Amino acid sequence: MIRLERRPEPSRAWTVATPFVAVALTMVAGGLMFALLGKDPVEAIRTIFWDPLFGDFASYSRPQLLVKAGPLILIAIGLSLGFRAGIWNIGAEGQYILGAIFAAATGLAFYPAESWLVFPAMILAGALGGILWAMIPALLKVRFGTNEVLVSLMLVYVAEALLASMALGLLRNPEGMGFPGSRNLAQYPSAANLDLIPGTGLHWGVALALIAVIVGQVVMTRHQLGFRVRLAGQSPRAAVFGGVNPGWLIVVCMGISGGLAGLAGMFEVAGPAGRLGIDFNVGYGFTAIIVAFLGRLNPIGILLAGLLMALTYIGGELAQLQMNLPLAAIQMFQGMLLFFLLAVDVLTAFRFRMGRRAVA
Amino acid sequence: MSNIDPILLLSAIIIVSTPILLAAIGELVVERAGVLNLGVEGMMITGAVCGFVVATLSGSPWLGFAGAALGGALLSMIFGILTQLFLSNQVATGLALTLFGLGLSALLGQGYIGVKGPAVPDLYLPLLRDIPVLGPILFRHDIIVYLALAIVLGVWIFLNRTRAGRVLRAVGENHDAAHALGYKVVRVRLMAIAFGGACAGLGGAYLSLVRVPQWTEGMTAGAGWIALAIVVFASWRPGRLVLGAWLFGGATALQLALQASGGVQIPIEYLQMAPYLATILVLVILRAGRAPGSLGRPFHASS
Repeated sequence: MIRLERRPEPSRAWTVATPFVAVALTMVAGGLMFALLGKDPVEAIRTIFWDPLFGDFASYSRPQLLVKAGPLILIAIGLSLGFRAGIWNIGAEGQYILGAIFAAATGLAFYPAESWLVFPAMILAGALGGILWAMIPALLKVRFGTNEVLVSLMLVYVAEALLASMALGLLRNPEGMGFPGSRNLAQYPSAANLDLIPGTGLHWGVALALIAVIVGQVVMTRHQLGFRVRLAGQSPRAAVFGGVNPGWLIVVCMGISGGLAGLAGMFEVAGPAGRLGIDFNVGYGFTAIIVAFLGRLNPIGILLAGLLMALTYIGGELAQLQMNLPLAAIQMFQGMLLFFLLAVDVLTAFRFRMGRRAVA
Repeated sequence: MSNIDPILLLSAIIIVSTPILLAAIGELVVERAGVLNLGVEGMMITGAVCGFVVATLSGSPWLGFAGAALGGALLSMIFGILTQLFLSNQVATGLALTLFGLGLSALLGQGYIGVKGPAVPDLYLPLLRDIPVLGPILFRHDIIVYLALAIVLGVWIFLNRTRAGRVLRAVGENHDAAHALGYKVVRVRLMAIAFGGACAGLGGAYLSLVRVPQWTEGMTAGAGWIALAIVVFASWRPGRLVLGAWLFGGATALQLALQASGGVQIPIEYLQMAPYLATILVLVILRAGRAPGSLGRPFHASS
């Protein structure tokens, strides 16, 4: 009989290896799913993982890789901090929307004045929007002990309604002939978040995501905050005795994750998206949760996971165009990736043993 | 406000609260067994699409509901196997289940958008349905409304009056002690998770077959999350669960009635926020009771 035996210490080798095993298993299971849908599995996997980088249209899709990975990484870095401490901010999607609304409103307030101050003001507003939205579940948890998972999630639906109201009302383009959506910020030079190197997709938000990875790594390994976060995650009681104020930690972790999500929304609305429409949010806030786990809540891992997830997005769009593969199949594919990761994760803390259970 | 019919509104509350009540009673049993499954939304939407597809293909809404319960239970087994056998993190696995369920349902429902499903007839209750005021509010609904209430009653009896229910509670309160007493912790939890999945599936099917009634992507719109909130609100007790579901059903039904009446000057988008804000408000105002002792903790016989 096969049974599980707890390892004395988590295996370092498996910690690194499990994401790769999970990706490989997902390719097999995903291939089966594509075959069931009547598509050539090898071609589908190649279209998703290979063609965006090296295929015929790679010159178009390669910049998209950074455009899509940027917000995912930025949000996931923030989330990973809280997840490590056992603080579950699931509402990054809402904080992302609020960041975009605040930033767009700030930018549009200055329209059409040209000043170098507009863009920094929008950045501050975006971060503020995300932080404020994240403070609602954070402060309610600290003050009333409400569950942050549920409150932050409920606020996603509220944020979506708020977004619709803004796109149809206050922030609607007065010259938009009645169509919903704001002015195009990407065409307003002072507010536009353009590529730093044209044609690469490397805009300010991607640059900030890369900085966040480095800062995140330093904070987790060298800074006292990182120590407190890890302590609180591993043993909440020990953390309290060690002088960590749980309320303070909740506010800081939620604030950082909310602020980064808000910034991601800001850079998206000022750049790739351009305008605030009803369909502005496409689920980055939720996919970032997968990215955070796939990257093992480790900044470097998140960087790689974000790029991989961006690849499945772009490859998925390509597969949709070229092979008529439904977009929902890609969503399932991403969900599977997380399942397999969670399943093989058992190998880091346990090992499989053959034979009968030893007498305790 | 004046052109809202109170009898219609109260009747609507019963309809609106039924899918949430179904999903919530399932999750209540799961949590009493010590497992936190955040995948309710994913199981609900899978139930919604399974129910709609089966009902449309077979022409029978009852087969649809059965298919929805089966679909929800099967999906919940992914969560069960991962968390109980592979000891994965329950929060992360539950979230993954929701993401996966949203994708799966969109895939399964591709050909069914805009299709009209079979109608679910009301249960004909002679005499009762003719009682003034109470008749239209309480006794002119389909059988699933009453089934949901019966399940709640059944769960209350199960948890408080049967041996199996006490075993389930013991497993949820302290799985190490339950294990030491010889109870099969993993088996009990897997059965509870399957029950939760089946109930969430039924709730989803109620949305796609009765309330809306058609299939649209993402149609649960947070109902599964509201169900999770109601379990906390109810302090893990079946009786208060009904109250909670009616309260949230009330917030939803009222905002829908306000939208329809057109008499208020509030934009629709703000009215749509009402059920979610009401959920948050109730979570804040009512201090939750004590959660089951082992809630969310992974169990391994060696530790």
